[in-house]
Amino acid sequence: MKQKQIIVFLLAAAGLLILPIILQGFGNAWVRIADFALLYVLLALGLNIVVGYAGLLDLGYVAFFAIGAYMYGLLASPHLTENFAAIAAMFPDGLHLPIWLVIPASAGLAAFFGVLLGAPTLRLRGDYLAIVTLGFGEIIRVFMNNLDHPVNITNGPKGMGEIDSLSFFGVSFGKTLDVGGFELPSVTLYYYLFLVLVVFSVIISHRLQYSRVGRAWMAIREDEIAAKAMGINTRNLKLLAFGMGATFGGVAGAMFASFQGFISPESFALMESIMIVSMVVLGGIGHLPGVILGAVVLSALPEVLRYVAAPLQSMTGGRLDASILRQLLIALAMIAVMLLRPRGLWPSPEHGKSLPNVKA
Amino acid sequence: MDIFLQQIINGLVLGSMYALVALGYTMVYGIIGLINFAHGEVLMVGALTSWTIIGWMQEAMPGAPGWLILLVSLVIACVVAAALNFTIEKLAYRPLRNSPRLAPLITAIGMSILLQTLAMIIWKPNYKPFPNLLPSVPYEVAGAVITLTQIMILGMTAMSLAILMWLVNYTRLGRAMRATAENPRVAALMGVKPDLVISATFIIGAMLAAIAGIMWAANYGTVQHTMGFLPGLKAFTAAVFGGIGNLAGAVVGGIALGIIESLGAGYIGPLTGGVLGSHYSDIFAFIVLIIVLTLRPSGLLGERVADRA
Repeated sequence: MKQKQIIVFLLAAAGLLILPIILQGFGNAWVRIADFALLYVLLALGLNIVVGYAGLLDLGYVAFFAIGAYMYGLLASPHLTENFAAIAAMFPDGLHLPIWLVIPASAGLAAFFGVLLGAPTLRLRGDYLAIVTLGFGEIIRVFMNNLDHPVNITNGPKGMGEIDSLSFFGVSFGKTLDVGGFELPSVTLYYYLFLVLVVFSVIISHRLQYSRVGRAWMAIREDEIAAKAMGINTRNLKLLAFGMGATFGGVAGAMFASFQGFISPESFALMESIMIVSMVVLGGIGHLPGVILGAVVLSALPEVLRYVAAPLQSMTGGRLDASILRQLLIALAMIAVMLLRPRGLWPSPEHGKSLPNVKA
Repeated sequence: MDIFLQQIINGLVLGSMYALVALGYTMVYGIIGLINFAHGEVLMVGALTSWTIIGWMQEAMPGAPGWLILLVSLVIACVVAAALNFTIEKLAYRPLRNSPRLAPLITAIGMSILLQTLAMIIWKPNYKPFPNLLPSVPYEVAGAVITLTQIMILGMTAMSLAILMWLVNYTRLGRAMRATAENPRVAALMGVKPDLVISATFIIGAMLAAIAGIMWAANYGTVQHTMGFLPGLKAFTAAVFGGIGNLAGAVVGGIALGIIESLGAGYIGPLTGGVLGSHYSDIFAFIVLIIVLTLRPSGLLGERVADRA
């Protein structure tokens, strides 16, 4: 049994490692799809901490994604030096801070906002919390849309461009890398970066789940009053959940900004938050493989459906636009999956029970 | 012209539309504890249906008076919306009644996307002008201007609310609804049929949403397949603001939200010396909401919050 697991694990690892090389053969667009799928996995894993473990329904999660992205954008693009003479004087070569500074800054700011949002909402439960987080997401988006005056901080609806690509020890992710005659384009490099981050996040999530903190979160999720009675500091733990979830979002946001090279408030609409919640719930709330599956399915499905929708489109005589059909199929898939598998595609096996296989 | 009074009137009109939609949210929430994300889309379908009916009627009987056309289209839109919401509940929410709490939320989101897409296919994605069927003579009240459409909105809202209050408080169905909201299992033991009550709730909610949709269209003069999103979102906010599950709370929350928004939009510019413009009016509501909920976690009129977090 144990050996079988290892074999499956190794096969999966090998598959994930060569996946972009294969996809590359079909064109870089396919690798991009995989990149975005990984980015969404990262987001879904972060939201899973808040929604899945601590049971706090957050409908404004994309705000943290946005905060991370804007933080990266501000610190690694010409935007600030163009608009503020003082900063231009301080950094004559332009503001291009190293990632070792920028990414922690993004994560930290997002975590700060996570706690900031968490603090006033501690007494709220269930759907009151949902609407407040939703409102928070909208507030952040509106500010990003309008903070181009009186002081131009976010450049408003036009968004920020020319954001630096990441670079690690002199290896720029923005350019094609030549490894022993083998060409790895930028998208593939980002794939590996995101994959590393995802693996890292899975490990963190997994460790959290079985830790004291994770068990406390689940106790809060199941019954807050009982958890409190057991001596759990619900206030601090809820704030921690918000902060942790937000950190994931912030890092994912920074990755998104560097990967795209351009950000605008449009990318951070309410629908994104709703999609991330859908990924978590559709996959199997609180269950890591399920959450990953949900994120991959919902983010890759629209792209794959592009190829299904085109023939359907010609069948209907071009009356139906491919993008409309796609949207239709996604909606139907969401409804159908939930009706057939109400607990998600791959739900956690031991729901509501204490964890059986904990090796302390 | 008195700006303050004018903003209050605008706010009342806006708020009464929010209130109608918020009632639908709050009734559904009170009974089955579900945020019906597709509610805004029901509003949109109601508005687009009435737009189609008005178009037909104007062609078929050119001489018909505007109010008659509006009334007929309103009735038909209500029926269509009710049938739609009834079907949605039956297909997407009923099978999930005993599932984890978030499962129906996802089908609701799916339904919302589905309805928007279908509406886009049926009615095409462009903005359509909603004809002005009532004479657009402005009336002057103490320095502020109010149009006939706005008067109609206030009147229709008051009437709908009166009927709803009567229905909930003085009829058998209303009693059954209140009983089911209180405790579905005990209500069932007392001979109430929960399925019937839930269906009735969705039908009533849909009718209110359709009325609000037509009012919205008449007030803003356009209809489109995405028009349900904003009123849906704001009305949901209003329902929570007033204390979700509480009918009076939805009305108070809706009207309060409308007035806050319109006052905010009217005064934020001059007060901050033009630094913050009326773009921020959309988040005004949310900021007030967060403040109110921090002080009163169960909303303005909310009593105890059921422990289902």
